[in-house]
Formats: sequence, C-alpha cells, structure tokens
Amino acid sequence: MSRYIAKRLVSMVITLLIISSLTFSIMHSIPGSPFTKDRALLPEIEAALMEKYGLDDPLWEQYLNYLGDFIQGDLGVSMQKIGVSVNDMINQGLPVSAKVGSIAVIVILALGIPIGMISALKQNSIIDHIVMFIATIGIAVPSFVVGTFIMYIFGEKLRLIPAGGLDGPSSYIGPVIALAGFSLAYVTRLMRSTMLEVLRQDYIRTAKANGLSQLRVIGKHALKNALIPVITYVGPMVASILTGSFVIEKIFALPGIGKYFTESVTNRDYTVIMSITLFYAAIYIFMVLLVDIAYAFIDPRIKLDD
Amino acid sequence: MKNEKILKVKGLETSFFTHLGEVKAVRNVSFDIYKGEVVGLVGESGSGKSITCMSIMKLLQHPGKIKNGEVIFKGEDLVTKSSKEMRKIQGDEISMIFQDPMTALNPVYTIGNQMVEVIRAHKKISKKEAEQTALKMLEAVGIPDPAKRMKNYPNEFSGGMRQRAIIAMALSCEPELLIADEPTTALDVTIQAQILDLLKDLRTKLDTSIIFITHDLGVIAELCDRVIVMYGGMVMEEASVIDLFSEPKNPYTIGLLKSVPNPDILIKQKLIPIPGSPPDMLNPPKGCAFCKRCEYAMEICLEEVPELYEVTKRHKSRCHLYHPDAPEVVRKQVM
Repeated sequence: MSRYIAKRLVSMVITLLIISSLTFSIMHSIPGSPFTKDRALLPEIEAALMEKYGLDDPLWEQYLNYLGDFIQGDLGVSMQKIGVSVNDMINQGLPVSAKVGSIAVIVILALGIPIGMISALKQNSIIDHIVMFIATIGIAVPSFVVGTFIMYIFGEKLRLIPAGGLDGPSSYIGPVIALAGFSLAYVTRLMRSTMLEVLRQDYIRTAKANGLSQLRVIGKHALKNALIPVITYVGPMVASILTGSFVIEKIFALPGIGKYFTESVTNRDYTVIMSITLFYAAIYIFMVLLVDIAYAFIDPRIKLDD
Repeated sequence: MKNEKILKVKGLETSFFTHLGEVKAVRNVSFDIYKGEVVGLVGESGSGKSITCMSIMKLLQHPGKIKNGEVIFKGEDLVTKSSKEMRKIQGDEISMIFQDPMTALNPVYTIGNQMVEVIRAHKKISKKEAEQTALKMLEAVGIPDPAKRMKNYPNEFSGGMRQRAIIAMALSCEPELLIADEPTTALDVTIQAQILDLLKDLRTKLDTSIIFITHDLGVIAELCDRVIVMYGGMVMEEASVIDLFSEPKNPYTIGLLKSVPNPDILIKQKLIPIPGSPPDMLNPPKGCAFCKRCEYAMEICLEEVPELYEVTKRHKSRCHLYHPDAPEVVRKQVM
C-alpha cells in the first residue's frame, strides 16, 4: 500500500509538471500582457515593468525561474495587485472557500445518499417521483440562477439572510445551497440508480433468502456496494467545491479564492494563473488518489500493490 | 422415515401482474415433501419451477404475487405469514441456494463474515461460537483449510468452491428443507458431479429434505427419490424416479426423455426434440398446457385442463388419456 501511494505521489509530481508547462505555454500564446491597458503605457515604463517581473527573459528561463520559486514554496507576486503575493491570496481566500465548501460537501453527502436510497427503495412511488423531479431541476438549473434566486427571495424579500459577506450562521445558507445544489441532485440520482442496480443483484437475493433483516440487507449488503460509484464522483467533486466558485462568491460577496482565479485570467496575471492552476490541480489529483485508496478499502477485488 | 410430511403445497397459484396483463406463472400446483427425501422439480425454462419455489420461500419480486393456495410447513401456512415472520424461517428452517455461485455471494464481505451473519441472525450465540459453526460447516462441505478460507473474499474462491460455501451457508442452521434452484447448472461437468456427491452426502448426514430444481434429467436420475415434472405452470407428472424413467405416464415426460441422450443404448439413437415452443403464459391455452405440442392431442385436450389423475398410488399424470373413460387402446399405444 505505501509503495503504491509513493508511486502515485511521484506520478502526481509528473502530472503537475505537465500541467504547469501546458498552462505556461498556453498563457503566453494568448496575445497581450499583464500591462496591456486601455491606454498604452509609455514604452519605457512598460520596459521597466517587464524587467521588474522578469518578462523580458526568454520564455524557457521564465518557466524555470517560476518552477524554482514554486518548489521553494514561493508562488510569486501578482502582476496586477501591487504587493500582493499569491501565497497571501490563497491564505486569505482558501479558508473562506473551504469553510463554505466543506459545509456544502457535508450537506451533499448527508442528504444525497439517504434520499437517493429512499428513492430507490420506494421506486415509482410518489416520494420517488417528487425526489427525481427536484433532482432533475437541481441538475438542470445553473448555480448562478439558484444563487440569484435565493438572494432575491431570502435576502431581498424575506430579509432572512444578509445581502453578502460571511457574518453569522445565516449568511452560510445561501452560498451553501447554491454551491451544493448541482452535486446534491447528482449524488441523489447516482445513489438511486446504483442502489436499484445493486438491489437486483443475486447476493441481495441470497441475503434475503437467508432471512436477514431489511436493515442488514439494505444497510450492510446493498449500501457498501452502491457506494463505490458514488465515491468515484465525490472525490473530484470535493476538490472543485472546496476551491470555491467564482459565480457564487460574486453573488454572495464572499472573499473566497474562486474570484482571484477568474480575475487573473482576464487580467493576464501570469503568476496568479500559474500558481492557482497548479494549486487546483494538486488538490484534484490528491482527491483522485484518495478515491483510489478508498476503493481498496471498500472493494476487496481492487488491489493497490501492483 | 418417509412418512413424516414436512411441506404441503396445495393449490398454489402465482401470477405476475405486468402492464401487458396477468402472467400466470404457477397454476394450481400441489405436492407434498416428506422428511429426508430429495424431490426433483423438472421442466423447461418458464415452466414455473423456480417461481413455485420462490413462492414457497416468499421471495417473489414485484409484480409477482401469490394469488391462491396454501404452503403448509410444520402445520403453519407460510402464505399468510408476514415478511418479518418469514425471516425467522428463511435460512433457518428452509434454505435456498441459487444457480450462479459467481454472483450469489456479496463481493465486499468475507465468506466468514457472511456465514457468521446468517448464523447469528437465527441463533442467539456469540460471534466466536458462530465462527466455530461456520468452520465446521465449511469443513463438512469439503473446503480445505477452512480457518484460513473464512477470511477470504468470494473472488478468491473458484466457482465450485463458492457453491460449496453457499451450500455451507444454507445448511449452517440445519434447515429441514433445502431448496436448490439449479445449483449445478452454471458449473462445469466435473464440478457438477462433485457438488451432486456433496449434496447426496449431506442429505444422508443431516437428514435434510431437498427440492432440487433442474432441467437436467441426468441430475434427477443421479440424486432424486421422487420427481415432479412441470410444464406451463402446472404439475404434469409426479412419480418415483424409477417409475418416471422406466414408465413415464405423460406425453410431455415421454417427449422430454426422448430428447436426452441415453448412454445405455450403444447404437446411435437419434434425439427427438419436442416441436413447438412453450405456451404464452399471458394467454395460457384453455385446455391442456401441452396440447399444442402433443402428438397425441385429442379434441378434449384443447377444451379442458386435465386433472392430475392417479395412475397408481405413487404415480400421477395430468393427461386426459388417464380419464376413466379414455379409450385404453390409445393409452397403451402412447405409453
């Protein structure tokens, strides 16, 4: 097991190297620079800025310099926000995004799995139809619509939640619902369909034929098997939810990390693009690794040590 | 030994209520099972043999329903029992094993875990004691090094080994009746023979009655004391295994026997298949279920379902040729 994890960590580094070089080359192939403004800068000022941020060096040198700093934990300085380092952005933004995100993940798992199971067990009943109807809406309606809607009803009309920011528990309601909506609907549907699939399996019939209680048949024999596809989805989902969403942070005025990423791309803020992309990629790959390790614990047919 | 009746199925009718209409899978089936005997339930696919047993166990899936009839086990009618009451019987007093051992065990739990769970569901004993019972059972079904194998997952067992483990699990609470639904069909021939030997052996050791569902007449001859032949959801013939093979009394059984190779006859004998296909159970024929494929069918066969006539004391046949008024000449020609 530890050998397998070590191997995977090595391949994670290689993947990150590939992602960094791809991002770097795509980023530099887009026309414009961090200093392209409505009004052109004086050539000497632009040259001075280019020199300050090392943009006048050959590209390969810039890339290697960046990697060198990255390995030492220095994610670079923003080329747009004067004096703000990417480390600061992550240190300030990530806790906010992760806090809202982890509540959203808990909501998704705590509601999606049991509701999906109930829906499967009561297949074709009224409950099932209602759940599937809501879940379909949850998948079809984009998060910014959900977010705006919640803001309008609960923030504007009913004045139950603050108009923005994070002060007090009630301010979490809006962003958590908007952030969890899609994945909650998805997990519910996934749980329902895999549960239906598992309930048709022969080993469930064996368990029933052996006189095991409903609780054991469902809660022990069916659940563990039905969780395997759900975990596959949940791993990467956690990565994307924890790292925040630009749209939702914008609607609810959250000082999260999501907005930096989007802003950096529109501003050609090279260091921020690179660092946040790599940061996201690392979290994502790490979650996928966790999923693979979880498989080995759930399904004995999956062996990790080769 | 054979006089104690442990199961009495009387007038059992099971249907599936589908969108297309009512599929009458089991129609007025009655039979008795005595202590310690092995009864073969033969018939082609869709003849209702599995559904009969699923009805006895009350394991029917939606939209299947028992419409009528009684299943008397130890003086109690199982049909009227709630699923909670049935759970005390399932796996404890009546066990069932299924066709495909590759999928019948839960892949994510060890063999030992699954066996101990079943034993403890029915007996108030400690985990240690249950493990001891499981160990003994695995040993009895011929699994080498059972203490080690208990910690294995099903995927670490071969097909034959899995079926042995499933049999061990089914017999771990010493049931009075074991229903085996084609337990050897999915296995290759040498393993089939081993499993049959094992069942024969266990049956004498534990004195368990067995209902053995199969479409393989060779298996019936090997293992069973008595045979019930089913067709179109009905019992066509019921006889001791010797009577059935030497003097079949129903055109369907005769057809079945002609369609299997007989190694005793060394001359090359042509196998004669039964022409046609099984009846549509959505609209079963008005008369005898077999009439459309029966070469001896008479006018009455199309109109009326024959009774299950008693040919001799231990031999019954559902055929109009056994009606007291039927012409004996024709009957002699057929049989």
